[in-house]
Amino acid sequence: MTTSPVRPPEPRSAPAAPAWPDATGHFGIFGGRFVPEALIAALDELTEAYEAMKVDPAFLDEFAALQRDYTGRPSPVTEVARFAEHCGGARVLLKREDLNHTGSHKINNVLGQALLTKRIGKSRVIAETGAGQHGVATATAAALMGLSCTVYMGEEDTRRQALNVARMRLLGAEVIPVTTGSRTLKDAINEAFRDWVTNVETTNYVFGTVAGPHPFPAMVRDFQRVIGDEARAQLLDREGRLPDAVLACVGGGSNAIGIFTAFVPDDGVRLIGLEAAGDGVETGRHAATITGGSPGVLHGARSYLLQDENGQTIESHSISAGLDYPGVGPEHSYLHDIGRAEYRPITDAEAMEAFALLCRTEGIIPAIESAHALAGAMKVGRELGPDTLLLVNLSGRGDKDVETASAWFGLGDREEVDPGPGLDTDQQPTEGAVSNDEAVAGQDAGESA
Amino acid sequence: MSASQQRIHAARAEGRAALIAYLPVGYPDVDASIEALVAAVEGGADIVEIGVPYSDPGMDGPVIQQAVDVAVRAGVGLRDVLRAAEAVAAAGAVPVVMSYWNPIERYGVDRFAADLAAAGGAGVITPDLIPDEAGEWLAASDAAGLDRVFLVAPSSTEARLRSTVAACRGFVYAASTMGVTGTRATVGDAAEALVARTRQAVAQVGTDLPVCVGLGVSNGDQAAEVAGFADGVIVGSAYVRTLLDGHGPDGVRRLSADLARGVRQRAGAPA
Repeated sequence: MTTSPVRPPEPRSAPAAPAWPDATGHFGIFGGRFVPEALIAALDELTEAYEAMKVDPAFLDEFAALQRDYTGRPSPVTEVARFAEHCGGARVLLKREDLNHTGSHKINNVLGQALLTKRIGKSRVIAETGAGQHGVATATAAALMGLSCTVYMGEEDTRRQALNVARMRLLGAEVIPVTTGSRTLKDAINEAFRDWVTNVETTNYVFGTVAGPHPFPAMVRDFQRVIGDEARAQLLDREGRLPDAVLACVGGGSNAIGIFTAFVPDDGVRLIGLEAAGDGVETGRHAATITGGSPGVLHGARSYLLQDENGQTIESHSISAGLDYPGVGPEHSYLHDIGRAEYRPITDAEAMEAFALLCRTEGIIPAIESAHALAGAMKVGRELGPDTLLLVNLSGRGDKDVETASAWFGLGDREEVDPGPGLDTDQQPTEGAVSNDEAVAGQDAGESA
Repeated sequence: MSASQQRIHAARAEGRAALIAYLPVGYPDVDASIEALVAAVEGGADIVEIGVPYSDPGMDGPVIQQAVDVAVRAGVGLRDVLRAAEAVAAAGAVPVVMSYWNPIERYGVDRFAADLAAAGGAGVITPDLIPDEAGEWLAASDAAGLDRVFLVAPSSTEARLRSTVAACRGFVYAASTMGVTGTRATVGDAAEALVARTRQAVAQVGTDLPVCVGLGVSNGDQAAEVAGFADGVIVGSAYVRTLLDGHGPDGVRRLSADLARGVRQRAGAPA
């Protein structure tokens, strides 16, 4: 990588180009291409087209215009002082990816990949989605650019997230329920790869996160790094300084890589990824891949993953389906192993406490995915102490999570329940509410991963 | 020379193609799957691909997925595969293992290579490991004297055909169509074209590596067609289908016999 693929709207200085991956897509021992030979030609074609496109001024102009006029970039930075009262006196600034068109950072990546699809002359895109957000973003970009679109989604999720299925269909996409394996996001990815290898002549796979075979981890990072490029300039502009720590939730890890990348060369800035610990890493019911997993190969790349002694992928668990993925992007594994970033677990209960707190103190309903990053800020702020500056990526908005949150807090017909800042953090779903399990499966995967 | 290449050459000497049968270990259970593998040999398979169950079989179609799902849920692993290799070798066929990469990496690449060789296994087919990523496996398979079978596809460039063929030992697996495993009504022209291109690469590399064709073959007639241009005919989903339909080892034996007749009816010897 010698050139930034994305022009920040008002560049203060040229963003530093990441020193990795190498030419064959390796981040140290991680990454690479563990795919059937049949897909290598398509991955080579994609890599070549992307390398050409990212230094093509016409593409960069078109992409920048879309980001500005369609997505609504740059997204603002909001200081949340009332929320920060619960963060040990640290100041907390949110990068507002929730305000993007379609409601999350996912649109940043799909617009880039949809443009690339047109450039390589393909007319159809496919995508995986856990319960909808990357699928909705892909369907959106496909509608905008006149591409045919098929989205693979676990069967359970299509039933429980009927609203997002309807959104995708309204946008003209075909949604295919996946009934194989564990019927989750990971199986939707398997099914999308099977479609791709069969229809690769006409079809491009718009991958939703910084995982998968090369070039996806590098390409998706490059499309998402606008988050950190903007935020770094915004902080220098308004604060005249860099943050002490940058926090983001990590499922597959695209919003985290998006905000981390600009800060990687800034040695004094701590980069903290918050993984979904579900019921707690010690219970085995979690999605904290780096905290609780081990290196292996899944979905085309070597990275940390949750696996058993036979090398079988273990199903993950999180209240946030956007983080409910047993793998993680290879660059995160690398940043962890070289000690540049740290990864910490946040339980469902901790995330939901932070979720409620942001709602009640700031009038912002975050995605439950992003609430993991907020919970991280509450912990890290208390550790770092007063007057430290925390930058948190608010990767998505929480409209899609209203049902899950209502069930968690026992709202709905039980208005007397107060989910305010003083709520018991151990509070569990009340009797008669949707069980935690159902809430997990019904959540929106691929959302902020 | 490798055991699988030797066996394919022996078939060639008889004026026929080799029959390579695939079945996963652990469906319907470990013992019954080993019985089925042995039945495939008794029916006439020369080489048996012992499938390693994997939770995310990205190259497999619904038939094989359905069977390996059962095995994965039952906790079947490489130790069971080693047992199957011993049984196949004892039955008189050449056992090779077909595995996605992560189970082997998890077991330990060197350790698996040594254990497989000790169990009488001839080598490993790796559907999601390309030679570019196979450094550790190239060394381990050399050390243990195992075959390593990589795949080529209709989309492979000439350069990739050459580099893949150069990394193979035993035979090269030509995936006949762009797609996943499963039975098909016709094998198609793509297979023959790919075999021709692969043979060219084999000649350029200067070896005598056999080229075997997989994906889509399900009966004796199709086997005869493929045997007309390939050194070996690989059949997987049709065997698995037989077990899924409840026909058991007898059904597997009958299918092998039909396919074995097919590989003996081929039109002409390969170039």
